Amino acid sequence: MVAIGLALAGCGRAWNDPYPASENAANILYAGFTERPKHLDPVQSYSEDEAEFNAQIYEPPLQYHYLKRPYTLVPLTARAMPEPYFLDAGGNRVGADAPELAFSVYEIRIRPGILYQPHPAFARDGAGRLRYERLDAQALRDVHELRDFAYTGTRELVAADYVYQIKRLAHPRLHSPIFGLMSEYVVGLKELAAALRQADEKLRAAGRPKAWLDLDAFPLAGVELVDRHTYRIRIRGRYAQFAYWLAMSFFAPVPPEADRFYGQPGMAEKNLTLDWYPVGTGPYMLTRNDPNARIVLERNPNYRDERYPAEGEPQDAAAGLLADAGRRIPFIDKAVFSREKEAIPYWNKFLQGYYDSSGISSDSFDQAVQVGAGGESTISPEMAQQGIRLETTVATAVRYLAFNWLDPVVGGADERSRKLRRAIGIAIDWEEFISIFANGRGIAAQGPIPPGIFGHREGQAGLDSTIYDWAPGGPRRKDIAEARRLLVQAGYPDGRDARSGVPLVLYLDTTDRGPGDKSRFDWFRKQFAKLGIQLEVRGTDYNRFQEKVRKGAAQIFVWGWNADYPDPENFLFLFQSTQSRARFQGENAANYSNPEFDRLFERMKNLPNGAERQALIDRMVAILHEDAPWSFGYFPKDFGLLHAWMANVKPNQMARNRLKYQRIDAQLRARRRAEWNLPLWWPLAGLALLVAAPAIPAALSYRRRERRRASAGA
Amino acid sequence: MMPVVLWTDALIGLLLAGSVALAWAGRRNRLMRDAWRRVAESRPGMAAAVVLACFVVIGLADSIHYRPRLDAPGAGVGVPAAEVVSLLDRLVAGLRSRGEKTYSAPFATHLYAKETLEGPGGRQFRDTPRLRYGGSHLKRPGARAADVVFRAVEGVAAGFALWLLLAAAVVRRLARAQACSPSAAWWRIWSGQTAVAWNAVLAAAGVVLLVAFPVAFLSGQYHVLGTDKVGQDVLLAALKSIRTALVIGTLTTLVMLPFAVVLGILAGYLGGWIDDLIQYLYTTLNSIPGVLLIAASVLMMQVLIDTHPQWFQSAAERADARLLALCAILGVTSWTGLCRLLRGETLKLRELEYVEAARAFGVPTPRILARHVLPNLMHLVMIAMVMDFSGLVLAEAVLSYVGIGVDPNTYSFGTMINAARLELSREPVVWWSLAAAFVFMFALVLSANLVADAVRDAFDPRLVGRARRRLPAG
Amino acid sequence: MLAYIVRRVLYAIPILIGVNLLTFTLFFVVNTPDDMARMQLGIKRVTPEAIVKWKAERGYDKPLVYNERSQGVRALTDTIFFEKSVRLFAFDFGRSDNGDDISWQIRNRMVPSLALALPVFVLGLYVTVSLALFQVLFRGTWLDVWGVILCVAMMSISSLFYIIGGQFVVSKLWRLVPISGYGEGIDVVRFLLLPVVVGVIGNIGANTRWYRTIFLEEIGRDYVRTARAKGLAETAVLFRHVLRNALIPILTGAVVVIPLLFMGSLIAESFFGIPGLGSYTIDAINAQDFAIVRAMVFLGSVLYIVGLILTDISYTLVDPRIRFE
Repeated sequence: MVAIGLALAGCGRAWNDPYPASENAANILYAGFTERPKHLDPVQSYSEDEAEFNAQIYEPPLQYHYLKRPYTLVPLTARAMPEPYFLDAGGNRVGADAPELAFSVYEIRIRPGILYQPHPAFARDGAGRLRYERLDAQALRDVHELRDFAYTGTRELVAADYVYQIKRLAHPRLHSPIFGLMSEYVVGLKELAAALRQADEKLRAAGRPKAWLDLDAFPLAGVELVDRHTYRIRIRGRYAQFAYWLAMSFFAPVPPEADRFYGQPGMAEKNLTLDWYPVGTGPYMLTRNDPNARIVLERNPNYRDERYPAEGEPQDAAAGLLADAGRRIPFIDKAVFSREKEAIPYWNKFLQGYYDSSGISSDSFDQAVQVGAGGESTISPEMAQQGIRLETTVATAVRYLAFNWLDPVVGGADERSRKLRRAIGIAIDWEEFISIFANGRGIAAQGPIPPGIFGHREGQAGLDSTIYDWAPGGPRRKDIAEARRLLVQAGYPDGRDARSGVPLVLYLDTTDRGPGDKSRFDWFRKQFAKLGIQLEVRGTDYNRFQEKVRKGAAQIFVWGWNADYPDPENFLFLFQSTQSRARFQGENAANYSNPEFDRLFERMKNLPNGAERQALIDRMVAILHEDAPWSFGYFPKDFGLLHAWMANVKPNQMARNRLKYQRIDAQLRARRRAEWNLPLWWPLAGLALLVAAPAIPAALSYRRRERRRASAGA
Repeated sequence: MMPVVLWTDALIGLLLAGSVALAWAGRRNRLMRDAWRRVAESRPGMAAAVVLACFVVIGLADSIHYRPRLDAPGAGVGVPAAEVVSLLDRLVAGLRSRGEKTYSAPFATHLYAKETLEGPGGRQFRDTPRLRYGGSHLKRPGARAADVVFRAVEGVAAGFALWLLLAAAVVRRLARAQACSPSAAWWRIWSGQTAVAWNAVLAAAGVVLLVAFPVAFLSGQYHVLGTDKVGQDVLLAALKSIRTALVIGTLTTLVMLPFAVVLGILAGYLGGWIDDLIQYLYTTLNSIPGVLLIAASVLMMQVLIDTHPQWFQSAAERADARLLALCAILGVTSWTGLCRLLRGETLKLRELEYVEAARAFGVPTPRILARHVLPNLMHLVMIAMVMDFSGLVLAEAVLSYVGIGVDPNTYSFGTMINAARLELSREPVVWWSLAAAFVFMFALVLSANLVADAVRDAFDPRLVGRARRRLPAG
Repeated sequence: MLAYIVRRVLYAIPILIGVNLLTFTLFFVVNTPDDMARMQLGIKRVTPEAIVKWKAERGYDKPLVYNERSQGVRALTDTIFFEKSVRLFAFDFGRSDNGDDISWQIRNRMVPSLALALPVFVLGLYVTVSLALFQVLFRGTWLDVWGVILCVAMMSISSLFYIIGGQFVVSKLWRLVPISGYGEGIDVVRFLLLPVVVGVIGNIGANTRWYRTIFLEEIGRDYVRTARAKGLAETAVLFRHVLRNALIPILTGAVVVIPLLFMGSLIAESFFGIPGLGSYTIDAINAQDFAIVRAMVFLGSVLYIVGLILTDISYTLVDPRIRFE
């Protein structure tokens, strides 16, 4: 072992360097991923870990500004922000507030001259025909990866590619998570889906279930190609939040050539699909996809002249985030994502300098970060000495404890259950939960809308006065005595039914993902025990838990929501009665229902951000405080730890295409890695001695015995 | 107090009663008596048996469940509490109630991590807050070392006193039995001239007492093994894990015994197509990778439990059902080794003269099996049982780690290790949960291994290793 | 001999059918196709239509074992059982619930699994047999006594502790090898060093003890006494006679495991981040992806049966007296 180690160390780098020696001082970013991305096809991909890759590759018309807060949409491939205009049923233009308004139209003009990444689907031969248009099994025999194709080509991005992708939302063989939602809005999408399904069934019946389905042959009434660089999307009614969707990869361009290229027989069997090898116009292209080990993104040589933003928040300049303003991006040549399933190795490798930034949700940063009384976080002195920086941002997400509105004990609008919910709300010390389980990475919530989203109220104005009192330093959770008093009023003195004396038992429904959850369960039990209520944790597998929530059979459960876009509508709709999970399969998991709230929601939905909207939101939040269908848990904070060699990193909850802005100092990194990873080899020598120790007395005793035997034999 | 009998409690009781009955029946059997005598001679075996007995006592105390009565709000009869507790919970009630906020090191007086505290005058500073219970009786934390030593010495003294009593009782008994003076008896014990390895027993008892007493004395004021993430005493978790380990280690074999014995004997004795069928059955089960079969079965059991919440009145019953299911599954997936062994042994037995004679006299088959075959296989069954114990305890840890083990609400060594794994990457390291799990598990498995060796050597030295079963070791 | 092997292979078929039936029943009782669809589609914005579509695409919309709507043979073949289970016999594993090609994954992951399991097996065998011989050579002395004690102590430690401890000490404190991961080419050695060493050490206790008893049993036989009486040195007796004769029981234990090495080791692979079949299986269990688990069960059974046949063959090679009719 020592010999092998020495031989390897001869290469002049640390023994424990997990990367090839050739990459030592290269301009490469190292990151990890825990889950293999299930989908890289922009029509199917929805999760954040997939966006980590897709957002660097695909370019929808719009994007979020990297530095500005609150989150602002800016054009990406579009020439300008699309302003919708409105039509009545007859197709005449009307004002935004007109009662006869039937459609909104978004006209999007994209910038000319944008080129796709080099890709074999675009490769043309001398005669200008696509090279790989008609491949057979023979031609594919020696092809295993995308790079096995000898030729590549490119072409200009056109509006038709965007139209093509919108049609793919309705594709019968793809599962777009937003198809259900979009078919309510985009005119003709439902009809297109029906037509495509019919065509698909015909192919199936003909025994060719995997045959190519040409989307260009089917019309989509609501999407119109105006010219080479312009297209229009017509949606039903007003949907002010539609622009946010235009910044997601669902609306990114997909070239039909690529779809056809991958659709050829024999391709899917070799994992040559759009789901595996994306094709885009973005700053990076995926060159290696081995989802079990590593995924590699490399700079797209055809990337257009794009510049680092010149403006941001006031403090950005001081933080050095504007130093590169106006310089051409991207800066980094290559990004290597290694599969790292466990949090511990990830964290340790980060400390050793082998990952440039740390996994944001790691359990282990505990001692790296210190949380002040006001909730502000600073990095520990030991880490600061290593040059590690901390970036924090409040996620556009909320975690909460939901009370099922349909439950006879904890649900419903009656006074008894309301008081019970409030008492529990006071008893559950979310501040402690955050400090124990989230390592301080969160802010106790006073309502459903996280900071940074319009409608959130800071300070006393946003206080949930049913649960908190206002103290000079900030909100202070009401005393447990208050909760006990409420419990008495609710008819459960000391957690027991006032009439029968039977102890009140409540049920927390949850998934049990393994033994690691035990401490969380214990903690919840402790909170309820403060009121004398016994909490039984009903842990089941994921499916059973989902089923219980879906059927409204769960009583109390912990749930969360990650916003699709930074708009209060995306949080408040979680309380809309028409979104009830048990009744309408919607997103209102608590099945809360309040007609007054619903009425206010309809009014708030399409209003522009302003005083009127704020007033409506305040009234809605006040209703929620009163009814307490949730115990508002906390807004998770995303913490990013960065090494000294990383520059231009600003956490951004919405913009996923962050890689193009970032910069690294590879020389500094190589030096630090060498300093931090000096191997300790003397324990090995000690071990070897320990193992060898018995050999000497053994040899002696053997010799002695042989001699004795020899003399006895003689 | 309202007694609650969980399924595993009942089975443990059954196992206990069965062992006593078997021991009673075996008293007259000379072979059995000789074998037990050989076990009693084995010094490592007897020392380990003492340690194991302590674990068993703790496990049994944790297997007597009840619901305490609550005082009635008005006057009248008490209402049973919803929570099911065990006798052990009651004995160590102090450990249960003295929870801290989060991590604290063994014997700590302060939390492990720094927090922002508010001093007089609203000044904020960072420090580790004092613990609510650990060392809270101390006026100055600096006095801790002296206090710990003092209490430990007290504990050692008490332990030693009890040990002396024990030793005196043994010496007296031996002196009376052998009609010699106590000092001669003491000398015999000391030099190992007794039929029972009393010197090993006394030494092991001494070690146990000298460890247990100081710990008991200290655990009133300190968290001897520290506290975990939610501030629970790690000592409590370790003590509660013992029952799970014992249940898995013993009930698994108990559950699979009927299969293995009945099928093994039938296959060996009857032969023909029955033999073929049974062989087919166990080859098929054997060929499925153990962990996968266990995973599939555990998931299935879980679904069954989840879809029938009405079967269980409390979380304790649910967790218990899952534990029992795990035992059953481990049993079903691992009975094949013993079955094959019994089949082979039965094949030999049926050729024996007296069995053939019985057959010739027309004694009905069930009777032959019960009277002549089964009794001659019992030693194999017992050896398999003790040999499997440690493997099963180790397997539980691995399975819980994979996520197909016990209910997350159940204390077990696997659960502890799993949680402790993450703690190792903290800076500074939280090592005590892992260390506690390691020490307890090591002591349990080591003593079980030693006892098993002694039993095996005494009953059938030729059987070495043949009863080993495939268990998921990782 | 050949006839014997053919017979054994034929005998394997009913066993595999049994395995298949068992796993099929278990998995479909656990997980209805609806559950699978929901599991894969996530929680956000899942519509009933999406579920129907997902099932149709994966072929889970068919009846379980008998299709009333189809004619003749198709009534049996146009079912989930036929599509998902019977095809395994042709080693057509199909696609997992999350859409990847299981055969591709197996091919891809077999190499890392073997790269870990084979050295552990070979080195482990070598080390434990040597240690056992060493102990036997010094039987009755304090070296043997302490060796046995050490073995019992080592086998009383859960494999989890070896891995956790090894990783913590060697990778984190001493910084000798990468903490986890897997490389390419010769780089692999650096990643595998620790897992292999840990794997070998973890098995020392039980195996050394086991081999020691085999050797002791062998050493008590008459021919050994004869050899010794001839004046052969103790080492010569051990290596020339005892080792060779003890090979039979050692082989029974060892050969049967060789094919199963392909399956990788569950825990070590997931701890050390080695992208082998073991970690694949664990992931599948955690994600409840039963298509993968089913494939792995089938593969494991096949390999086990292959192992049994290999064991029988190796008997005849080691000991020419054994013949099979």
